[in-house]
Amino acid sequence: MTDIAWQSASAIAALVADGTVTARAVIEATLARIGLHNGVLNAFTDVVAERALRRADLIDARRRAGQTGGPLTGVPFAVKNLFDVKGLPTRAGSAINRERPAAEVDSELVVRLEAAGAILVGALNMGEYAYDFTGENQHDGPSRNPHDITRMTGGSSGGSGGAVAGGLVPLALGSDTNGSIRVPASLCGLFGLKPTFGRLPRTGSFPFVSSLDHLGPLARSVGDLALSYDAMQGHDPNDPFCTDRAPHPIGGDFEAGIAGLRIARAGDYFRANLMPEAEAAMDAVCAALPIDREIALPEAARARAAAYVITTAEGAALHMGRLRARPGDFDPEVRDRLIAGAMTPVPMMIQAQKFRRWYRDAMQRLFQDVDAIVAPATPCVAPSLGQKTFVLGGVELPVRPNLGLFTQPISFIGLPVVAVPVPGPMPIGVQIIAPAWREDIALRIARSLEAAGVAAAQRPPAF
Amino acid sequence: MNDEALDAFILGYAEILGIDVQPDWLGSIRANMAVTFRLGGMVLDFPLPDEAEPAPVFTA
Repeated sequence: MTDIAWQSASAIAALVADGTVTARAVIEATLARIGLHNGVLNAFTDVVAERALRRADLIDARRRAGQTGGPLTGVPFAVKNLFDVKGLPTRAGSAINRERPAAEVDSELVVRLEAAGAILVGALNMGEYAYDFTGENQHDGPSRNPHDITRMTGGSSGGSGGAVAGGLVPLALGSDTNGSIRVPASLCGLFGLKPTFGRLPRTGSFPFVSSLDHLGPLARSVGDLALSYDAMQGHDPNDPFCTDRAPHPIGGDFEAGIAGLRIARAGDYFRANLMPEAEAAMDAVCAALPIDREIALPEAARARAAAYVITTAEGAALHMGRLRARPGDFDPEVRDRLIAGAMTPVPMMIQAQKFRRWYRDAMQRLFQDVDAIVAPATPCVAPSLGQKTFVLGGVELPVRPNLGLFTQPISFIGLPVVAVPVPGPMPIGVQIIAPAWREDIALRIARSLEAAGVAAAQRPPAF
Repeated sequence: MNDEALDAFILGYAEILGIDVQPDWLGSIRANMAVTFRLGGMVLDFPLPDEAEPAPVFTA
């Protein structure tokens, strides 16, 4: 059959729709690749083979009966293991949660993707309780980067990055509280979409910081981001943060080009602490776009600081019961961050929330003059597994919190971002940031870069 | 605050919270708290008017 390992989701859906391949053949090939490579990549923690094959057979039967499928018909996908999957405990990267009862229903986004014809094949490795940027996990072992298996995938959606970059699935879902879609997208060389806060429902996913948590897709093309994003949009009353705005389907609009868009390069904070490869990626992307100005995001360093404070305090509050009852069962690196977070002075937390509104207003003013901002996604390419520190701007800093240096000030106010991958010996990403609710702008710019060959998900030679 | 004083703070606060902190966790907790205090200090240093509203339920 056709080699589906590096096919896009849209190509697979077309092949299944026109009968070139069956959904069963797609899933069997997917399961075979997972079986072949997951021992190395450690991307999947659960594979739901029986469920996936059952669903594939149902899709094939419907096609034989003359029924038309959805836009993702027959497309295999997987989800970070903080998404509820019926029949599995939602482990969220932890040892503690896997003692929970199995989920009785799928998370809302799994339901929506399957309603569009996609087929869930499993759940993916992640950092414990999503409190990391590395993709390392004490309980399940680290996700490994398909471009170099001695390196990190980035996290916390590490398995999502590894599974898509390794050609195990064309599409995966992750979560992004402070950068956990964009960091693995950058380090694994993928396109990643963090939509506007509140755009996609989080119902049936294990939380981290409810006022910062986003869900979104990682894929190997902009078209696949748009296709899956459209399938997932829409209000859900079960998530109180989910917008009741009407969905804004992208359709083919991501191909609309970038004429007339005012695009700026982020300077100041986003110029410092870049390793040469990140600087080169920024230069390449900016050279391919009609950028006419460089702007300083107001108080970006303080925005990152405030996001850090809210995260550590709110995350600690979420886990307080578990910290009291069984602290020894956490990954020590997560536990000690959470215990420290539980002791965050209240004035810092309140001021961070007040500052958040100030910063949002300042950024809204900035977006009166520009339509999009280009910024680095990570300060460097993938660090080595187990690497604890790196040197940025001449200062030795811990890797775990600082891989998200450039993503945190953006998600702090929920702006939509597409991370685009710039090929190289090791890939690295760049953020395309748009005003709230304008995912379409970020996707159009990302597609323009993809069409120009500046951004591309390069296939790792070993996979 | 020196390490000894910070450790005493951590152990005292942990007792209030009901978290059984082991002695060999203190160094790591202390290091994480130092980051929080440094970044939280940056946030506190920013002048905001008394009328500034927090955004705990954030709307983009």
